[in-house]
Amino acid sequence: MKATVVVRPKRGILDPQGEAVERALGHLGFAVRGARVGKVVDLEVPGDDEAAAREQVERMCAQLLANPLIESYEIELHG
Amino acid sequence: MASPQPRIGVVTYPGSQDDRDALWALAALDAEAVPVWHEEAELPALDAVVLPGGFSYGDYLRCGAIARFSPATAAVRAFAGDGGLVLGICNGFQILCEAGLLPGALLRNESLRFVCRDVPLRVERADTPFTSRCESGSTIVIPVKHGDGRYVPPRDLDPAQVVFRYRDNPNGSVDDIAGVCNAEGNVLGLMPHPEHAVDPLLGSADGALVLASLVDAARDRALAAV
Repeated sequence: MKATVVVRPKRGILDPQGEAVERALGHLGFAVRGARVGKVVDLEVPGDDEAAAREQVERMCAQLLANPLIESYEIELHG
Repeated sequence: MASPQPRIGVVTYPGSQDDRDALWALAALDAEAVPVWHEEAELPALDAVVLPGGFSYGDYLRCGAIARFSPATAAVRAFAGDGGLVLGICNGFQILCEAGLLPGALLRNESLRFVCRDVPLRVERADTPFTSRCESGSTIVIPVKHGDGRYVPPRDLDPAQVVFRYRDNPNGSVDDIAGVCNAEGNVLGLMPHPEHAVDPLLGSADGALVLASLVDAARDRALAAV
């Protein structure tokens, strides 16, 4: 089963990369606000059981993929 | 009685850069500096360990996140758990945070720029094994050189664990924090590089105050073990 993990800087954590991207978009004429830069990790987890896969990826996030002090994460599973 | 030379290990990870400077500085301060390879699952007999600066494992994922899994890091964790003295400098500080041996995390500098310059630090505590040669409240000058040095503490950080603060914050660290120790006081991490400031020829010898404090404390432990 394929999984996508999106890792973001937690709300309240200063994200200077997001601010720089926001300013750059402003230079292009896009009046955006609230830009935040995170990262994406694509994975393949053995097995077809969605609940089991989610449980595994949750543990991967807690133990390595995200630092819970500064980052939040979301898991998407694709059959 | 002749004072023994304390044995202080310096761990080299793939991507460590400042291991040789740390070994050189410790030897110059009369320690027996012992290189430790990251694949060593057991540490040799040591009185203290230094995790040096650099870019272990290419800073992949997050700075220090992969080095946490090295056999030598597991050995350092056990050494620290037994009360052993551990000093993490720059990337070493990041590794100790990722390994959970120190509180907090280090993020991209607020400026997004790599900073490389001498910075004045306020010594908040002189009662640690790493600062006994300093005076509490005094200022020492030590260089920083990092892109990811913005310290973010956990909400419940005990202010007593802050050992160094920037007088002129170079990276946006919360509360100007430059170095913290664990609750027990035997593990310290800091972003500035004392090993690059042990001789006036290098611009400052203030880093020797930190490393010589560590050598003193390691010597005391070596003597106590005799």
